[in-house]
Amino acid sequence: METLTFRHTTTKPLGGTTSQAITGVVASGNLEVLLERILAPDSCEIAIETPINGFGDVWEAVVADFVARAQPGGLRISINDGGARPDTVSLRLLQGARLMEA
Amino acid sequence: MVDWRKQRADRDARIAAGRAHSDGRSGGKVVAAASVVDLLEAVLKPGDRVCLEGDNQKQADCLARGLSACDPAKIHDLHMVQSGIVLPEHLDVFEQGIAKRLDYSYSGPQGGRIAKMLYGGQIELGAVHTYLELFARYFVDLTPNVALIAGVSADRDGNLYTGPNTEDTPTVVEATAFKNGVVIAQVNEIVEKVPRVDIPGDRVDFVVEADRPFYVEPLFTRDPAAMTETQILMAMMAIKGIYAEYGIRRLNHGIGFGTAAIELLLPTYGERLGLKGKIATHWALNPHPTLIPAIESGWVEQVHCFGSEVGMDRYIRERPDVFFTGADGSLRSNRAFCQTAGLYACDMFIGATLQIDLMGHSSTITTNRVAGFGGAPNMGSDPHGRRHPSDTWMKAGREAQITGDPALMRGRKLVVQLVETFGDKLVPTFVERLDALELAKKIGLELAPVMIYGDDVTHIVTEEGIANLLLCRDADEREQAIRGVAGYTEVGRGRDKAKVEELRSRGIVRRPEDLGIEPLDADRSLLAARSIKDLAHWSGGLYEPPARFRNW
Repeated sequence: METLTFRHTTTKPLGGTTSQAITGVVASGNLEVLLERILAPDSCEIAIETPINGFGDVWEAVVADFVARAQPGGLRISINDGGARPDTVSLRLLQGARLMEA
Repeated sequence: MVDWRKQRADRDARIAAGRAHSDGRSGGKVVAAASVVDLLEAVLKPGDRVCLEGDNQKQADCLARGLSACDPAKIHDLHMVQSGIVLPEHLDVFEQGIAKRLDYSYSGPQGGRIAKMLYGGQIELGAVHTYLELFARYFVDLTPNVALIAGVSADRDGNLYTGPNTEDTPTVVEATAFKNGVVIAQVNEIVEKVPRVDIPGDRVDFVVEADRPFYVEPLFTRDPAAMTETQILMAMMAIKGIYAEYGIRRLNHGIGFGTAAIELLLPTYGERLGLKGKIATHWALNPHPTLIPAIESGWVEQVHCFGSEVGMDRYIRERPDVFFTGADGSLRSNRAFCQTAGLYACDMFIGATLQIDLMGHSSTITTNRVAGFGGAPNMGSDPHGRRHPSDTWMKAGREAQITGDPALMRGRKLVVQLVETFGDKLVPTFVERLDALELAKKIGLELAPVMIYGDDVTHIVTEEGIANLLLCRDADEREQAIRGVAGYTEVGRGRDKAKVEELRSRGIVRRPEDLGIEPLDADRSLLAARSIKDLAHWSGGLYEPPARFRNW
């Protein structure tokens, strides 16, 4: 088990007004993502609980790319990982951001 | 005086020797399954070239068991020339010393064992061919002395009904029977009159009534229940970014979940994009169960098949406007013709692979698996002999041409690799160096077993985006375009970010958002069928899935 936390500053807040969303499931190769609009509009925090150790640099890269793409200002995102591949994490984060923009 | 008929005399002697083991009735072609070993030991000679029909799907398994039970003191040093190494017996004959040399195309299920035997020197390898290439050599320098083939039924004269899985049989028989070879067919049953004559009886010397029906490998069934959102996202990108943009109507799909997902998105996502009738109308394709919803929704005009697929026979019978069928109503497949169709008549090949390097070369060979090629290198290559235009082919040609007289421009076939950046167990698809090169060195191959050469590849689609290699103007751009869709593999993370963004601004690298693809749409609800049971429903109960795919 490993816990990772990444904090980013964004150039803008995420659009929309949805206060909370959840997507995905904690299953093997999948992940659950909880998104909450509770931070300052220019900050984003992503906390990850993963059963697989040693992939911190990949998580860091996936999260940084997501922040650059989605500009999720204001969100605290909690990830409950079930050993998902990076592409699944990336897709799930983008889907979560879209749900919050609704 | 020169004897010009030595081969004919040899053939006559072999047939006379074989006749001793027939049941003696009406010409003596029929041999009981119990006498197979005796028949083979009578007909075969050491050093013979033998085609033991192992196709992509259909297997002459009764004859394979017979051959592996022959006495190596009598039958040895055979040179096996067959497209598929599929059954354990296909390799047992090498362990037992019955066979020595091998020329083949595809070894999917035996890929692990064949790699061990190649490393161990138990097999003297001629070459790993493409199907068309091996078939071509049957007529030039690898003509079989004896062909051991499989059919559904035969009459006592040897007229053969191959059933829907005709596959390689007409090609193998053509090369053997017309060049003084001996043809032995196993059939599931001997009948008074065959439903249709796929192989005329005067090309078949012996008929063995097999102890059980021949084995068919269900190779092209992909369970929609196992499709992931990543595969759906990739399928959406391929449809919108490639099929729609090039207006691809004539095509071939390889095996894999990515292409199966595309098939299942045509009636949903494709319909929503207004593409019906504009793309994916004419196919060189096995009868994929996942194509059923597109066929039922009126997307598909016609399909020519390499072979059949387990469970699809009744469905095909009821859709003769779409499939090629005989007077008896059942599918007529033919691998040689369909491969030719895939090579010359299709504007696009799209398929998956296990490894892609920085130049776009791809291979399905890893250090512990030698899967062979099958048809991918033929269909996944730009045929320089093509001389007919199509809008798709010409558009690709314009993108590729940078210099020279436009009046002399020729088109390009689209060759698309559809891959996830990581395969099973997080093994990266993108690599600096193909394992195939290591294998070639280790077993002393003169030619590295590359499946599709980089210069034939036009696009690479991953979950991260599409790389259009036609538009790359030098080796560095090509490398960065490939790195730019390689995701979080080491190759992907080793990208020059600024260069990839520059390629993106020129449309060489495109992300889902560049294509206007909504990530929330990448959901299993977009699949026209979400289970094998759904496919059976779409077919109106005509598709009969094999037991291993039934969970109801």
